Amino acid sequence: MSEAAEVQRGRRAAALWNDVLRFSMREAGVAVALVLIVLFFCLTAPYFATPENFLKIFVQIAINTVLASGMTFVILTGGIDLSVGSVLALCTVVGALIMTDSDLPFIVSVPLALLGCMGVGALCGAINGFVIEQWKVPSFIVTLGMLNVASGAARVTSNNSTITGLPQPFIDFGNMILWGVFPSIFLIAVGVILIGWFILRFTVFGRFIYAIGTNEEAVRLSGHAPRIYKIAAFTISGLTAGIAAMVYLLRLNVGSPIAGVGYELNAIAAVIIGGTSLAGGKGSIIGTLVGACILQVLSTGLQLFGAGDNVKPIVIGTVIVLAVVLDAYRDRFLRAIESR
Amino acid sequence: MDDPILSMKAVGKRFPGVIALRGVSLEIGRGEGHVLLGENGAGKSTLINLLAGLYPADEGEIVFDREPYRPRTPTDAYRAGIRVVHQELSMLSQMTVAENLLFESLPQRHGLVNYGETNRRAAALLEEVGLDAAPTTLVSRLGVAQMQLVEIAKALCYDSKLLILDEPTATLTSKEVERLFEILRRLKARAVTILYISHRLHEIAEIGDRVTVLRDGQLVATQPLAGLTIPEIVHMMVGRSMEGEHAFREDIAVSGEALRVEGLRRTAKTPEVSLRVGKGEIVGVAGLVGSGRTEAARAIFGADPKIAGEIFVEGVRVDISSPKDAVRHGLCLMTEDRKGQGLLLGMSCAHNITVTDLKKISRYGVLERDAERGAATKLVEELRIKTPSIDQVVRNFSGGNQQKVVIAKWLFRGSKVLICDEPTRGIDVGARAEIYDLLWNLAAEGRGVLFVSSDLPELIAISHRIIVFAKGRVVGEVPRAEFDQHRILSLAYEEFALERSC
Repeated sequence: MSEAAEVQRGRRAAALWNDVLRFSMREAGVAVALVLIVLFFCLTAPYFATPENFLKIFVQIAINTVLASGMTFVILTGGIDLSVGSVLALCTVVGALIMTDSDLPFIVSVPLALLGCMGVGALCGAINGFVIEQWKVPSFIVTLGMLNVASGAARVTSNNSTITGLPQPFIDFGNMILWGVFPSIFLIAVGVILIGWFILRFTVFGRFIYAIGTNEEAVRLSGHAPRIYKIAAFTISGLTAGIAAMVYLLRLNVGSPIAGVGYELNAIAAVIIGGTSLAGGKGSIIGTLVGACILQVLSTGLQLFGAGDNVKPIVIGTVIVLAVVLDAYRDRFLRAIESR
Repeated sequence: MDDPILSMKAVGKRFPGVIALRGVSLEIGRGEGHVLLGENGAGKSTLINLLAGLYPADEGEIVFDREPYRPRTPTDAYRAGIRVVHQELSMLSQMTVAENLLFESLPQRHGLVNYGETNRRAAALLEEVGLDAAPTTLVSRLGVAQMQLVEIAKALCYDSKLLILDEPTATLTSKEVERLFEILRRLKARAVTILYISHRLHEIAEIGDRVTVLRDGQLVATQPLAGLTIPEIVHMMVGRSMEGEHAFREDIAVSGEALRVEGLRRTAKTPEVSLRVGKGEIVGVAGLVGSGRTEAARAIFGADPKIAGEIFVEGVRVDISSPKDAVRHGLCLMTEDRKGQGLLLGMSCAHNITVTDLKKISRYGVLERDAERGAATKLVEELRIKTPSIDQVVRNFSGGNQQKVVIAKWLFRGSKVLICDEPTRGIDVGARAEIYDLLWNLAAEGRGVLFVSSDLPELIAISHRIIVFAKGRVVGEVPRAEFDQHRILSLAYEEFALERSC
């Protein structure tokens, strides 16, 4: 074999190795962290390694996972959505009202409620996106505004009261557990994640989301209109807030105008811990799922240690910052490999 | 020279893929007015930035005021007594003139800012530079010329020994220029050394004692300005010739019309621009930085707004109000700022190439991985982009390879008219030759190429025709048979041409 071909082959092998390394660092890095944390608690925390405990974690993870999946789209484009918590509250009210205030059989009212939740959520998201793009207002500000607007709208719609009396089959479905440890709402969350993963990874739309987060001006000068895709990202975030509202109703069986306070921050935390960069362009929705798991596992594990609600936020806050610091180091390391 | 204020010995600086400065040795005397000249990319900015402490030199020694000078930050430079007034002014626009002037050491009393003292000292400095503005004026209220005077006043306040001005007159009116020179002359009388950079050749004699010419990162000559004629200076700046190195492809036939622009105006204040490019033709666009070349290119492409003008592609009138429209009608723009506007730096080579036309590699909105990889691989091979894999992130590509990726992405889209803005900036000689070949091939296939470049020998080597921009409009057009560096430069340096020709 000629020397040139030898060199060429060597380069190919190096490139392949780099790809493997990069993949393991980006996607698997967070997953490894999760496995280590789970192992740690299994070995040290009493009752952690029991089916009941895992079941509980899966139940608690569902809402945040759904919210965070939509949030991933927005953060990948370089934006932020602070409104999802109160949009969720508004949607729980809308969904609960549809299911309780009509004489329709549940077989009709439940799908109608789902559509209503998704519609209202998507509308809130679309308004966010439109205002941001039309008047070039930072997404932080616009969604902060929507946080208040949606919260107020939820109070007005519900007359400032909680709505109970959801159809029994609906409640039963929410309590359903499949294969011993998988609650129905957790499977819904996983479904949402899988759909999001497919869109981001395999569709033209997903490619644009990443490209816009990487360099919006380059996308524009390549002959596209980034604003459409950015508005769509916010619409998706609103849509998942609507789905999360249905999950909330399935789990807690009550529509409440004061639901979801602070949920947006948990969703953002899950996305960031999952390795998605706030600057946009980098990250994955699988990472987001893992990030949501890490948050909940920590919370539950600490609880079992006897750490009360006072200590938990200290640890979780530290972990969020630590994740981003580690991310920066990981990035530097990846670049070092790439330019080697 | 006895006791120079600044002495550089064999200073060099390289950036990935380019040697920006090589073996530059230079001495500047105390109180001298020294002019630094060179074409764009000759290394002037690199030299200034080294002195300003923006980045360190890779090799060589610098002695400033008898001390070895190795600044690591701009603050080191101020402390040593070197002050730079950059072309792009960087001021704290929401603070007052006085605060800007004394920002680095605001007078204090009991740990609080002593505004009385601040304003008093600022007023004295302003008077010295002859700027008629209250110290309490917000900087954002000042015009560019006034801001420049503030920067110069800042230099005075720190007792600078060397004042570096990077094209200070580019945006000034002739009256403001007069005043600037008056102040500079006063400074010189106070033994402040001035290093002055300008493209306006006729004004350098006002301030300069000696001139240094850089070309391709190397020092061509340092000479007393007295006795030098402008044509001689131009010759030093241009020097080399590229003909012969890249033999012009005579076989490319120009037929029909690829692009025609008529009466294009960006704003009510800018002049009209009209031009045409034939199929198979490479039209060079010459002109100084700020002559409106880039702006015209961006307006044609719809990247920036325009208020008037008609654009025809292959003879058909088209409406272009956004890059999306332009691309749909077969235009493409390779921007000057490759990394900032042309590439998705953090994404792979394949993704960068296909981003212009994802429809082509998808069905029902779902990407077809094999189609994408096939298309990208084909272009990578065709353009000889050197990469071990199409999955490599383009951030780490050399300038030449990055530029090829940009060309590849427009080939993927099938553009009919290529507008290239400084496509060879920061690219080494070998890769340049490859890019010329590529453009020739594209032209031979019947595409029209509008080639904006500040490198005149390059334009002369590859263009069928050169149009010259100055002050926002087309001031001349030179067919290949009449190509002559001095003539084109004279057109670009229009003011000077008018003065000298009569």
